[in-house]
Amino acid sequence: MTNAITLDSIGKAYQIGVRAPGEDGLAAAIRSTLTAPIRNLRRLSGAEVDARTFWALRDVSFEVPQGQVLGIVGRNGAGKSTLLKILSRITEPTEGSARVRGRIASLLEVGTGFHPELTGRENVYLNGAILGMSRAEIDAKYDQIVDFAEIEQFLETPVKRYSSGMFLRLAFAVAAFLEPEILVIDEVLAVGDAKFQKKCLGRMREVSRGDGRTVLFVSHNMATVQALCDRCVLLDKGTLKADGKPAEIIERYHDLAAGRASTVYDLSNRAGAWEFGTGAAMVTRVEIARARDGAPSAFFASTDEIELRCTVNAREPADAFRIAVIVKRADGTPVGASFGPDACSLGAGETGTFRVRLGDFALAAGTYSCELKVGKGNPAEGRTEFDAVDDVAHFEITPETAADGSAGYWEPAWGAVRFQAGETERIA
Amino acid sequence: MTQAATHAPATDAPPPAPELRELVIEPKRGWIGVDWGELVRHRDLLGFLIWRDFKVRYKQTVLGLGWAILQPVFFMLVFWLVGASAGIDTGGVPKPVFYFAGLLPWTFFAVGVQLSSQCLVNQQHLLTKVYLPRLFIPTSVIVVGLIDLAVAGVILAIIMGVYQVVPPTQIAMVVPLGVLLLGFTLGVGYLFSSLTVAYRDLRYIVPFFVQAMMFLSPVIYPVSIFGDTWAWVLKLNPMTAIIESFRAAVTGTPIDWLGLGMGAGVGVLTLFVGLAVFRRIERRFADIA
Repeated sequence: MTNAITLDSIGKAYQIGVRAPGEDGLAAAIRSTLTAPIRNLRRLSGAEVDARTFWALRDVSFEVPQGQVLGIVGRNGAGKSTLLKILSRITEPTEGSARVRGRIASLLEVGTGFHPELTGRENVYLNGAILGMSRAEIDAKYDQIVDFAEIEQFLETPVKRYSSGMFLRLAFAVAAFLEPEILVIDEVLAVGDAKFQKKCLGRMREVSRGDGRTVLFVSHNMATVQALCDRCVLLDKGTLKADGKPAEIIERYHDLAAGRASTVYDLSNRAGAWEFGTGAAMVTRVEIARARDGAPSAFFASTDEIELRCTVNAREPADAFRIAVIVKRADGTPVGASFGPDACSLGAGETGTFRVRLGDFALAAGTYSCELKVGKGNPAEGRTEFDAVDDVAHFEITPETAADGSAGYWEPAWGAVRFQAGETERIA
Repeated sequence: MTQAATHAPATDAPPPAPELRELVIEPKRGWIGVDWGELVRHRDLLGFLIWRDFKVRYKQTVLGLGWAILQPVFFMLVFWLVGASAGIDTGGVPKPVFYFAGLLPWTFFAVGVQLSSQCLVNQQHLLTKVYLPRLFIPTSVIVVGLIDLAVAGVILAIIMGVYQVVPPTQIAMVVPLGVLLLGFTLGVGYLFSSLTVAYRDLRYIVPFFVQAMMFLSPVIYPVSIFGDTWAWVLKLNPMTAIIESFRAAVTGTPIDWLGLGMGAGVGVLTLFVGLAVFRRIERRFADIA
């Protein structure tokens, strides 16, 4: 079997800290050009180490046989998108080389080049051409594209009047009927409503199974990766960590993620640096675990009960205080709070660890963090806060897997709480 | 057509693989030539981009293509007024014909340079989210100007009819002059559009450049008002040669072949410099856009 793609020590470096010449305008560029000989001299003489290069990708080598569906997984910043951009020729590698056999089309975004003033029909042609199709190819696929997008009656309407759902359907439909030898896809499945998503997944399966097409697929959604791919590679911090069967690699990915996400937060070094409360009793350590078996973890299913173990050190005697937990979304928006009873007590100089359980809720898939507050009393009778720590006990709620193996879908706009599906009954 | 015809040598792998084009992606250094084969393969895309830029240019305007006429007509009237009060001698050519004939190539150049210099920064997603021959983006913006030019050409014919200016045989020169105008404008467009991605200062420099060029080109005056001592400096500007020769071609006055040769030389040089600079900066587009 011939290789569709051969990567040989691909690397991509970005300059960080120091700005690249030209990034800051012409004056800076002229200045930097004028001072370049001096800087070069200092660097060459070893007086200055150029340590401000960040390697987004380094020494990545692997081969993709023709017809294989390869999943590329890794945490954010692992270098997945950089790799796709190099293969799609959007950006140039800094070192190494890649050999690509056959026509390559990349889908890093749906609807690239869509123009709001043009009609649906016009955009199909324009977008198809931008993705690399010839006019004849688009002509041949046109009916299928329109059929797939389900927007027949709006074809002569400018897309600026489309709903976002219609826009995405049309954009995906054009992409879905691309027929290059190699297709590079980045997370574009996360579009549209659940029904359309399922349809897209089905189409992806058809595309990748038919006619020996090679597909490179990047996703954070492990269920989709498992369902679509023949093989997976795991990237971490810009290097290739593992290469093998999807099931094995997905396991490695989860291990890596779990190892990376810390479950213990040491806060003992805040000596005198607290910013909130009297400081009479202070949180020195927080640990996050799954309540069911007590195993430290930062990954939970939507309905898992979460356990926080808070170690509190009292400088002065503190009795009948409570620990409150405020759960926040990744952007800092509070989701909700839990107030324990005023039932914790510590003598002067004593340190104790308290267990706080968060249960009876169902958070939507996403990343969360906690703020802890130690205090006593209530607003009516007077309240004293001892300490507060924010941005601790980060955890992730993993998406559900639907019965058919596709990942559960949750739009951020639906909020952070998953209500139990109540009964809907006809009452009139 | 699932695979384009290729000339890649067959691999030595046992199963005779279908002959596919092999692309090698690796860091490039220095100046890079233009990949003409790639431009030819993607020619349909250039067609669609031109057609998009044409449709979008006058979308939601009341006058539509009328703007292609109104702008030069308006400036012709202004120049007529200013030229008459300043006593500019148009060498016996009716003033509206003189000014309009100069404004035709000038408007094409000015609009083309201004729109193309912004076209890459205004469409960053085409640089960062997909790969396509990026040269097409400023090319299509400038080529669309040919439609405006053609429409304005019809108006020029009408004005000439009104003033009973009979087109001489050398009017055929407008075709090579148009090619030169297109080439020079493309050169400046490639230069400015790519430089604007790297240096946003160009946003301020380009309008200034266009304005300065207008005064340095014989749009409102004939080159003859300069003495022989300084006229050659003006002739280094290709727009001088293009505008003067264009006027001569439509009115039948003698063409300054030496001046045209100089202008053409500088014009072709500009095109190559523009292409070279564009290709050099293009590699970094996605990283700096």
